[in-house]
Amino acid sequence: MRTSLKEDRIPRIAVMTIASLGVAIMLFILYSLVRDSIPILAHVTLSDLLFGTHWYPTYDPPEFGMLPLIAGSVSVTLLASLISLPISLALAVFLSEVCPAILREILKPVIEILGFFPSVVLGFIGMVVIAPWMVMNFNIMTGLNLLNASVLMGVMIIPIVTSLAEDSLNSVPKDIRDASFALGATRLETITRSVIPAALPGLMTASLLGVMRAIGETMVVLMAAGGAAMIPRSIMDPVRPLTSAIAAEMGETPFRSDHYFALFFAGLLLLLMTLALNMTALWIESRAKRLRS
Amino acid sequence: MSGARKSKDRTATIMLWLVMALTCGMLALILAFLVSKGWSVLSWEFLTKKPRSMMTAGGISTPIVGTLQLVLVSMGFAFPVGVFTAVYLVEYARDDWFTRALRLAVRSLAGVPSVVFGLFGLSFFVIFMGFDPSLLSAGLTLGCLALPVIVGASESALLAVPRDYRDASYALGATQWQTIRKVVLPAAFPSIITGAILSVGRVAGETAPIIFTGAAFFAPRFAKSIFDQVMALPYHVLILATAGTNIEKTRPIQYGTVLVLLFFVLGMTMTGVLWRARLRIRQRAQR
Repeated sequence: MRTSLKEDRIPRIAVMTIASLGVAIMLFILYSLVRDSIPILAHVTLSDLLFGTHWYPTYDPPEFGMLPLIAGSVSVTLLASLISLPISLALAVFLSEVCPAILREILKPVIEILGFFPSVVLGFIGMVVIAPWMVMNFNIMTGLNLLNASVLMGVMIIPIVTSLAEDSLNSVPKDIRDASFALGATRLETITRSVIPAALPGLMTASLLGVMRAIGETMVVLMAAGGAAMIPRSIMDPVRPLTSAIAAEMGETPFRSDHYFALFFAGLLLLLMTLALNMTALWIESRAKRLRS
Repeated sequence: MSGARKSKDRTATIMLWLVMALTCGMLALILAFLVSKGWSVLSWEFLTKKPRSMMTAGGISTPIVGTLQLVLVSMGFAFPVGVFTAVYLVEYARDDWFTRALRLAVRSLAGVPSVVFGLFGLSFFVIFMGFDPSLLSAGLTLGCLALPVIVGASESALLAVPRDYRDASYALGATQWQTIRKVVLPAAFPSIITGAILSVGRVAGETAPIIFTGAAFFAPRFAKSIFDQVMALPYHVLILATAGTNIEKTRPIQYGTVLVLLFFVLGMTMTGVLWRARLRIRQRAQR
């Protein structure tokens, strides 16, 4: 296929060196976050950090209990997924199975472009539209809360999940549908009993990657979630997810203070959560690929 | 076919159409709202004048230029690195540990939360490399975030170059590097560019990575060197809407800035997506 000339080795090594930067950056990210979050463990125990219920980093003495922040991240992510995953899957099924070809050529790019909608603009909409509307219609003090942020975060991840889910539905061979129709099944039956089961690994991956994006999303929660570091009791309570705590507090934190290290620890938690979701998605993908071949 | 099954099928179809229509309706509503609120603010003055009177008046030229500068710096880093990473993966990679590590790293990078990129940029570029909060630190942080997007787009661009091109080049006695440089890269270049345009859209709209790596609350003039801090459109929206005592007073400026940011980001991504669609049609026609 190709000749291995001596002069060909230099460009190969050069390209490989540049490519290795990607690995280096990922390792540096892990290293920076671990290095700058370890010092906090000298002052606060791991279980106090993870399960402490008081996040008062600027008090004297400060308290670094991250449970309210973790609960904030988890609750917004869960509610956003609950809202957006069914919609995304319905949209994907529509695009792949129901939509006329011409309309599909228009809608697919529109959805992809939506995926680039700046999150700061969505957060802004939460502040100027959704929050006043909530205050007017429900008996609450502030419209910046868990529900507001979750709706916007749902909007944020719908395009991502829809695109990925549509790809996996689309890659189901046409034969499977034909066989189902030939047996007399309706389109709904074909979709629910043949196409979706065949595309299931892809649909799961799409959902996991959507959840991953939601956990790491910052601007929407920073602007629309209210920012109170408390464990929410209702969907109208304000929350302060890990991401918004980092974004809001890092600017005013003295370099290498305990607070600084604690925020890096919060970042490490986020990184580990997203890595875990990403790796799970990767595992499902590779398993499905192996089963197919 | 029984009537019940048929009507169930029809109901489901109607529901799916409804979900699509509602989603499009919501989107149209959001866009119409933002345009109607921001349109009257837009003017030549607004785009070309600097903010003044504690940012309660004047235009947004400094954040516009700052955003363009950030895009340039981030692409200056991410574009070459991303393209060559893709060249390695498509043209050189063997099934060894390095290739697997590289794929895993790119995949992981794509999932890193944007605020974590911000922490990394603070710890690595600002403090460890000593770049301080600056255009350079913020641009490089954004470049790391754009890297997986460019790698992904370039990879599929390179994979779309037909095998025959390479074989023909080798048959003429070209080395692998000559083949890549003179045949494969030129053929893939238009698609690679569309990927880069898409990543510009992503970079320009990001806020979290630049908050503590170089975005300025206020800067009286354009950044003259890469070690100056810069204002940026998304960060300008954030601070006008959340910080300070003039939140209500600056509302019109906020709407205007949001609209400019939106035009820029959606304009870029639309160009990228449409251009890519055209290229794909042409590629299909060639086969």
